[in-house]
Amino acid sequence: MTAGMALAQAPASSQADRIAALEKTAGENAATIAKAQSAGDNAWMLTSAALVLMMSGPGLALFYGGLVRKKNILGTMMQTFAMMAVITVLWAFVTYSLAFGTGNAFIGGLHNVFLRGVGLAPDPAYAPTIPLQTYMVYQLMFAIITPALITGAFAERMKFSAMLVFMMLWAILVYSPMAHMVWGVGGLLNAAAVGTGGLAGRFPCLDFAGGTVVHVTSGVSALVTALYLGKRLGFPQKAFMPHSVVLSFIGACLLWVGWFGFNAGSALAASGLATSAFVATHFGAAAAAIGWSAAEWLRNGKPSALGAISGAVAGLVAITPASGFVTPMSALWIGLLAGIFCFFMVVIVKNVFGYDDSLDAFGVHGAGGTLGAILTGFFATWVVNPIFGAGKATGFFEGNHAQVFNQLMGVLIAWTISIVGTLIILFVVDKLIGLRVNEDDERAGLDLSQHGEEGYDWEGG
Amino acid sequence: MQKIEAIIQPSKLDAVKDALVEAGISGITIFEARGHGRQKGHTEFYRGREYAVDLLPKVKLELVVSDEMKDKAIEAIISVARTGRIGDGKIFVSRIDEAIRIRNDERGEIAL
Repeated sequence: MTAGMALAQAPASSQADRIAALEKTAGENAATIAKAQSAGDNAWMLTSAALVLMMSGPGLALFYGGLVRKKNILGTMMQTFAMMAVITVLWAFVTYSLAFGTGNAFIGGLHNVFLRGVGLAPDPAYAPTIPLQTYMVYQLMFAIITPALITGAFAERMKFSAMLVFMMLWAILVYSPMAHMVWGVGGLLNAAAVGTGGLAGRFPCLDFAGGTVVHVTSGVSALVTALYLGKRLGFPQKAFMPHSVVLSFIGACLLWVGWFGFNAGSALAASGLATSAFVATHFGAAAAAIGWSAAEWLRNGKPSALGAISGAVAGLVAITPASGFVTPMSALWIGLLAGIFCFFMVVIVKNVFGYDDSLDAFGVHGAGGTLGAILTGFFATWVVNPIFGAGKATGFFEGNHAQVFNQLMGVLIAWTISIVGTLIILFVVDKLIGLRVNEDDERAGLDLSQHGEEGYDWEGG
Repeated sequence: MQKIEAIIQPSKLDAVKDALVEAGISGITIFEARGHGRQKGHTEFYRGREYAVDLLPKVKLELVVSDEMKDKAIEAIISVARTGRIGDGKIFVSRIDEAIRIRNDERGEIAL
């Protein structure tokens, strides 16, 4: 304002100088504003990355750990923890590049192997206000928890060595291409890449935080693995009761909190969209906890703690793809439907078919992820996220009926790549080193047979 | 001397202990036990799967008393451990031939 008044009173001869000075100030102001925004966004994104890691260890490790028998607690927790180490190194070497490097519509290239070119300068193609390394490490946390989710299906019976090889191959063959197709530059399903030519954005699938990339892939691969490996010894006649619902309860609550980083962080900025995703996430989880509990109360006569927390996780799964596209009221609907649907899948469908998806990785993540991805196509609205342009119909209820088809394409591709990829990997690893522990080791438990220690050493100390 | 073994609900342990002290019984040993009687346990649901839990947590207490204290002790236990519902437990009584205090080799009732 002061500068403007000075400009008005200036003699003609010095106007050019004044304009130059003004432009300089304006430029400095813009740089200061950009720096402040970048600082705010980066603070939130680093926090989000840490929150998502908290979902794996301790969140998922406790959630799954409590559900197994006590002789397998460390073996189960180690499977998740191993992902935190192994997938991280693999990400630095090659999988970041395969997922987010420049490539074709299906998979990234090798330009960024060993994190070459992944520095502190932002990459406008992904997140224009945060260092690319922030984006890289944030995405890494997703790449860690996704395979860790699968471990719930083969709990209590897989060799640790086979699990490691399986997961590394899975990260390369299933996760990386799926992440690239949905989120990568030029990806086949990338809704942000519509109109950029070729196959890029050919089927724009709305997946805000990983309904297809994380939950459908892990859940479906979990089902395939459970079927391939077969049931645990004695299943289902023997008792396979959770050894500590208390541990699972703590784990589920950590998952709920961590999920704010997962979904609201997927805005990739400390923006209004992040707030919207945060709110939708919370509402979805709450409604799903109610949905599952109500269904269980009606069917079994009692609402269990395990049911309530399972419902919350199912809701968090289902709201994941939708979180950045829907209003709070839509989130309530998605959550409620997911709670009831996943209860039905876990309690009725699983028992009808008799497969041993030990900790319900498919029933919760595969089923909830699929439902959530499809419902996103119905409830998405440009008011929350104008991804196709302001005022342009986004979801089915807004009149964009084709979006449901695009969502189904995303789901179909995720199912296909998961089934085919997982089957190939299982076959190869089985032939190479064998997947399953022998019967003696399974009876003794994974803690002792795979790690030489016990979770609960009552005699010690 | 008589040995009284009582299997009771864990939630009744404190009340039984107090009642025995009031009745003048000084020594007691307790075990955390699992078991079932005619009721054969109960069922629990985890994610829709029904599990029969036939071994329920119980507390077993053992006390050795002089012959004249026997009825008093039994009465004390029953008076607080009984709810009238299935699962209240049982009491077994048997004769004891000898009691020895390890510290000073005292024998018989004086060692109790």
